[in-house]
Amino acid sequence: MAERGDEREPVVVVDGVSLRYGSGPEVLSDVGFRLARGAFAFLTGPSGAGKSSLLRLLYLAQRPSRGRLRLFGRDMAALSRRDLPRLRRRIGVVFQDFRLLDHLTATENVALPLRIAGVPEAEVRRHVPELLRWVGLAEHLETRPPLLSGGQKQRVAIARAVIGRPDLLLADEPTGNVDDAIALRLMYLFEELNKLGTTVVIATHNQSLVERFPHPRLHIGGGQVQVVA
Amino acid sequence: MLRRRSDLPLGHDPASRFLPWLVAVMVLLAALATATVFLLRDLERQWRQDAAGTLTVQVLPAGSGSDAEADFAARVAAAVALLESTPGVAAARPLPRAEAAALLEPWLGDGALVEQLPLPALIDVRLDAELRMDLEALAARLRAAVPEATVDDHRTWMQGLIALGGTLETLGLAALALMGGALTLTVVYATRTGLAIHRDIIDLLHLVGARDAYIAAQFAGHSLRLGLAGGALGLVLAAPALGVLLMKARALEGGLLPPLAVGAAGWTTLALLPLAAALIAWATARLTVRHVLARMF
Repeated sequence: MAERGDEREPVVVVDGVSLRYGSGPEVLSDVGFRLARGAFAFLTGPSGAGKSSLLRLLYLAQRPSRGRLRLFGRDMAALSRRDLPRLRRRIGVVFQDFRLLDHLTATENVALPLRIAGVPEAEVRRHVPELLRWVGLAEHLETRPPLLSGGQKQRVAIARAVIGRPDLLLADEPTGNVDDAIALRLMYLFEELNKLGTTVVIATHNQSLVERFPHPRLHIGGGQVQVVA
Repeated sequence: MLRRRSDLPLGHDPASRFLPWLVAVMVLLAALATATVFLLRDLERQWRQDAAGTLTVQVLPAGSGSDAEADFAARVAAAVALLESTPGVAAARPLPRAEAAALLEPWLGDGALVEQLPLPALIDVRLDAELRMDLEALAARLRAAVPEATVDDHRTWMQGLIALGGTLETLGLAALALMGGALTLTVVYATRTGLAIHRDIIDLLHLVGARDAYIAAQFAGHSLRLGLAGGALGLVLAAPALGVLLMKARALEGGLLPPLAVGAAGWTTLALLPLAAALIAWATARLTVRHVLARMF
């Protein structure tokens, strides 16, 4: 796995983790892997295999039913609600369904994590339009999501996920709605962030993307995760 | 507290439409209750002052004819002299016959009938607040000097009125407390509805690192604005009713009751009602959101 600084505490430690929703069957069963600081990994597997569920665990939307999950050296089982916001601010998430706020403009959507984190407004106004221009949305800074195409929404969602330079970036099918040229551009953005030290996990069905970028894979099947170098 | 930028589209919620009107009605009722409480408090204060600081001495007329009239005037003068020489009496003033007749005017009119009636002489006695007066000893001395004189101590019947005024005032305050409670419950309901409607957005805000306090501040700020708008509207709507109430209270002058006013404290309280309603809405929304979110992951 493309790891940097292996001697340091891994960013993600998943150890014997299982997940079930309510009293349903286990979606993930006894899963284990580690991601070091600066790692880049694809998360692959068939639809319904549990990729999104694993990501939900990693972006702290869900607690595991069993097992041990450590993020940034903190044990999830020992975390209180009060600790969660600080940890979540270190994680950038690109949701498969984008989860943009329809009543806010593209700029306001991207600025959301910065404003929540209390970043000075002058910085917000400088960085957000710059990033939106970089992802090709210079003409849509003040456009609201209902007026954007699927690909444009996806780029706004990606910009929102990376604007705070997260330590861990989790992306669920981030190139699913864009053409190949934009997909490549976005992948280069993720790689740039990775070079700066961000640990990146990208869930994707796009086999050509996985083949083009030589990063390890976490393959999910039958509730289990296999690390494929 | 009053931040305008909101990540939650609370302005489109049903609660945003009904809450200001509800607050307006509550503030209107609260304004009327507040004005009534202050008027009653003023009435009670004046009654207490009268009960503690005044008494009336009555000298009954005896017989008719010019001798009797001169004798009656001499007995009134003797009673006044005795009162003025009594320690604890600040002043004793015989009411002119015209003033005494004016007191009977509401019942007997201002015609010749009153002129012909053998009215008793009334002596308005102001007591020294610093000294305690032995009213029974005074009455005995007066009876010895002027057998037709009686002392009318206002305290006996005033106490009943004061107690009644106190009860009405308590009821007014209870009504105010109930209105505050009703407003609180309404804001709790509206806030919980808002939380349910915007559950997805709240989840997202949490996932990008928002603390409960950040989300609570948005609900609280929104409720504060609605409360202020509704409160101001309520006070404007209450103005005509308050005007009528205060006009009637002032018109009591010359009747059995003294003229009444809400006073500076009353006006200040009335002016602060919209702010109080807004603060109740702000605090309730804030606490409700914190309470509900604390149970989420």
